[in-house]
Amino acid sequence: MAGGLLLVAIALLCLLGPLLSPWPLDEIDWDHVATAPSLAGSHWFGTDSLGRDLFVRTLEGGRISLMVGLVATLVSLLIGVAYGATAGYLGGRVDALMMRFVDILYALPFMFFVILLMVFFGRSLLLIFIAIGAVEWLTMARIVRGQALTIRQAAFIDAARLAGAGPLTIIRRHVIPNTLGPVIVYATLTVPQVILFESFLSFLGLGVQEPLTSWGVLIAEGAETMESSPWTLLIPAGFLAVTLLCLNFIGDGLRDALDPKQR
Amino acid sequence: MLHYTLKRLAGTIPTLFLIVTIAFFLIRLAPGGPFDRERPVPAQIAANLNAAYHLDEPLPMQYLHYLGNLLRGDFGPSFKYQDYTVTELIWQGFPVSLKLGAMAMGVALLLGVILGTVAALRQNHLSDYLVMTTAMTGIVVPNFVLAPVLGLVFGIHLGWLPVGGWSDALRYSILPVTALALPQVAYIARMTRASLIEVLQSPWIQTARAKGLPLRRILWRHAAPATLLPIISYLGPATAAIITGSVVVEQIFGIPGIGRYFVQGALNRDYTLVMGVVVFYGVLIIGLNLIVDLLYAAIDPRIRHSRNTASSQHGS
Repeated sequence: MAGGLLLVAIALLCLLGPLLSPWPLDEIDWDHVATAPSLAGSHWFGTDSLGRDLFVRTLEGGRISLMVGLVATLVSLLIGVAYGATAGYLGGRVDALMMRFVDILYALPFMFFVILLMVFFGRSLLLIFIAIGAVEWLTMARIVRGQALTIRQAAFIDAARLAGAGPLTIIRRHVIPNTLGPVIVYATLTVPQVILFESFLSFLGLGVQEPLTSWGVLIAEGAETMESSPWTLLIPAGFLAVTLLCLNFIGDGLRDALDPKQR
Repeated sequence: MLHYTLKRLAGTIPTLFLIVTIAFFLIRLAPGGPFDRERPVPAQIAANLNAAYHLDEPLPMQYLHYLGNLLRGDFGPSFKYQDYTVTELIWQGFPVSLKLGAMAMGVALLLGVILGTVAALRQNHLSDYLVMTTAMTGIVVPNFVLAPVLGLVFGIHLGWLPVGGWSDALRYSILPVTALALPQVAYIARMTRASLIEVLQSPWIQTARAKGLPLRRILWRHAAPATLLPIISYLGPATAAIITGSVVVEQIFGIPGIGRYFVQGALNRDYTLVMGVVVFYGVLIIGLNLIVDLLYAAIDPRIRHSRNTASSQHGS
């Protein structure tokens, strides 16, 4: 609960915060280069080594990080749910073949392929969404498929079939809605993984590009100047850690609430 | 068991094939070539270079060529480090990466299992909360934050340990190994705790307790095997995580391992080097997953007799 409130607070701050500050994202304040955070001036989180306002940069970076987290999770959700529900509902040979494919993909060192994609095809946000989403759908597909396997034997599925509904309609209208519980739980746990993944890419210099920024980019910049101005590392790293903490707590809490076997 | 082993071994072939194929075509589709310079080289030289590296042949031919060489363990010459073959570069970096990774894995397993056991035995006591809070922190603080902070505190402010570089002396490896191991310590501690708590409530443990066996004996003889099963299945994903983590950690601490070649190779469009590293890591991860699966089947007979092949869990 507290995790949820804190998360909403961070999200609101990221959305609205930049409006509060007089500084834009990439304007250089020549009088205050690498100044420490202070509430007295207009640089509440201080400035980085180029004199850019860290308050605005951290929150703008947060927007990107959170957006990547949400959109990429959504991509993985769409692929995973559709794939898993189809495999589970159809069952038999098709199911075995489809899940064998997932097994093979599981063993691939995906991080390396995503890095290759980023290096070779330019670092656009769209590509980040798709690449990360395309990596994260596998577990979702397995969870949904497991659910669908049990659901297909339920009486209401037989009823729907008798009423003349085709497999597509049954999957869409009857199977998928009934898998939503675990799907929501796992989606909440996917968001922090995705945010972490994006930060990792950005840290290597392969993620979001200037003038846009993200927490990973800020952490990479901060790590370079941390000796003289440690706040440039600690503030974005703190935001990232607290956000991940909240998301993990929410995910764990939801799972515990929905699954009485877990404690 | 032999049947199961052969089946799993055969199952790795399509995966390996897929890795090689995806990597090959991904790199060839990319814009820019290995001999692109700001000042273009004369056409004749470019043609000679392309011919020397078989880049002038049609793509399917290059692919077959590459596959053939791979089967003979030849990753080809590096495009950028022209005096070396990729195989040489990989074998140069591998001992370093292996040492780093193996140490991190050892630390993660040892610390993780001990901390998880302590937390489970003292469930809902102060030490439990302490361990679990630390574990959560380890999960949400990624190693690319941890590594520079460790360097700053222990290397610069306290001056106890070197901030970078690599040699056989143990003190060079303490910080990188810590940065690499801590997130895994956290995951393993959480898994051990959850698993041990569940096992301790099972009927056979109740029986052992009712017989009046001492706790130490119950833990070692009765609880340990069942508790460690999920940890063993996590070893595959943990290896993958440590390998990817080492890319960052090697970069930050300036360690001459394979991870650095990967990022540099990708930025330089050194096709053969990148391919070599991806394939090498792919084989490594798949091989370790296979060993983990076999280990698991050796311990738990239910798996080798089930019709579906056991596949290890996800780790990215």
